Amino acid sequence: MNLESLYQEIILDHYKHPRGKGLREPYEVEVHHVNPTCGDEITLRVELEGDKVVDVSYDGQGCSISQASASMLFEKFLELMQGRGQVEPDEDVLGDAIAFAGVAKYPARVKCALLAWMAWKDAVAQAVAGTPEGTS
Amino acid sequence: MTATHAPVSGLLDVDKVRADFPILSRTVRNGNRLVYLDSGATSQKPYAVLDAERNFYERHNAAVHRGAHLLAEEATDAYEAARSAIAGLIGAADRELVFTKNATEALNLVSYAFSNATAKAAHGAALPDGSERFILVPGDEIVVTEMEHHANLVPWQELCDKTGAVLRWIGVDDDGRLDLEHPEHGLSAVLGKRTKVVALTHQSNVLGTVTPVRLVADAAHAVGALVVLDACQSVPHLPVDVHELGVDVLAFSGHKMLGPSGVGVLWGRYDLLEAMPPFLTGGSMIEVVRMEGSTFAPPPQRFEAGVPMAAQAVGLGAAVGYLQALRSADGTLSGMHAVAAHEHALTAYALEALADVPGVTVVGPRDTESRGSAVSFVVDGIHAHDVGQVLDDRGVEVRVGHHCAWPLHRRFGVAATARATFYVYNSPADVDDLVAAVRHAQSFFGTV
Repeated sequence: MNLESLYQEIILDHYKHPRGKGLREPYEVEVHHVNPTCGDEITLRVELEGDKVVDVSYDGQGCSISQASASMLFEKFLELMQGRGQVEPDEDVLGDAIAFAGVAKYPARVKCALLAWMAWKDAVAQAVAGTPEGTS
Repeated sequence: MTATHAPVSGLLDVDKVRADFPILSRTVRNGNRLVYLDSGATSQKPYAVLDAERNFYERHNAAVHRGAHLLAEEATDAYEAARSAIAGLIGAADRELVFTKNATEALNLVSYAFSNATAKAAHGAALPDGSERFILVPGDEIVVTEMEHHANLVPWQELCDKTGAVLRWIGVDDDGRLDLEHPEHGLSAVLGKRTKVVALTHQSNVLGTVTPVRLVADAAHAVGALVVLDACQSVPHLPVDVHELGVDVLAFSGHKMLGPSGVGVLWGRYDLLEAMPPFLTGGSMIEVVRMEGSTFAPPPQRFEAGVPMAAQAVGLGAAVGYLQALRSADGTLSGMHAVAAHEHALTAYALEALADVPGVTVVGPRDTESRGSAVSFVVDGIHAHDVGQVLDDRGVEVRVGHHCAWPLHRRFGVAATARATFYVYNSPADVDDLVAAVRHAQSFFGTV
């Protein structure tokens, strides 16, 4: 395991050039998640049309892993993280997020990678339940 | 790696010290030697401590302060001898020293003395003589500082929530010192006749700042407040005498001073300990128990409910002996004076070396005046977590994050820092490896 496997080019690229960063209106639900061990944070909004998520926007600050991860909002990624490197990733489905396979080998960094995704999951769950709480 | 430094004076004989710590001979990621720079979180343990704990279990193990058999007698003697050794280190009397599981518990014990006294007084329950000063009413004030570890902040916030007391705090200036003259958050601005507690750290776990404890304590006593000192980062690193400091209670952890985890210490002036209602209750802290109610043992037993961590206390006693036996390489200093001089020399060397790295900013005092060995820093363009990851890849183990001092990081406008802390087994070569690894992180992330 070397550093390059963790910090793949694509991760550093997302970190330095985050896609779609910035909060947008309108939105149905906004959540704010933090990683209490390091202080990384993300604010994430989802907008619904009917039962369909039509927009996701976010802002945050944190390490390269957490910020690149927020930039690659992609559902299948969760499955990979929870597999601790055991899940055979399917590049066609995962796209850029396949780069996070290396993170699973560093347990302390998995939370960084999951921060945005847990926020997204929470926001969607709240939106679906129709009970926005603002923060969580 | 090749040492790039000029000879550093005032050091311990580091090679000799390192040979006492088995963990330092292992390798870490990629076969690198271990450069352990996280002693501020927890220290490594010498053979003397490991052997003392093992010997206790192999030869003397029994529940202390119970039973009349030989092992109980030996175990109790070993436990009390450890209390005595630790008390001696800080100039205290044995009976003033309470064993807790760690410093966090010790600080909670004090905050609970207030909330328990307040709750009991509310319906006229019996309290020890002298406990009036532990009874709070809404509008009373508790003073902390902006540089506190969460362990010396959150318990006081909780106490305020439970009693209606108000939390106030002394600010921190841009150099990382207490801002004692600040118009809103200075010493005279926050102290008043309603101040009941002043709780502060002796040495910041982030900035390394050593606070002017005596000055703050005298001002606090002038308004009748109790002074609580978090000594987690001072007792392991500096000569500390509780009477010279002029505080009322003081807490520290064993595991940060070469001792085992699971044991900490609360020292308190005996008249205050006597006036404090118990925190945890149960076996061995009682005097008489009847179905209708109980009375409690005098301190320190009043605060040591249940079978205590005897082997760990014995290990901590051995750690104290180890620290006291250390000598500087040139033979001029001994014990905690030698430890402090060693860390002072390393800190000066590290501050100088990091100052030479463009894009690195130390958060906290840049000089070694009234400063311990915690050196926290940020690297332009690289988050602390990523700095730590690159360092770890080269065997350099530092802490990253907010180090349980979130408000302090907010004060400096940073989410996280990387922190190197030095102890008796660190060498100038460790500092060289740290600096080389920081430069490597900059080149890896392309920030230079």
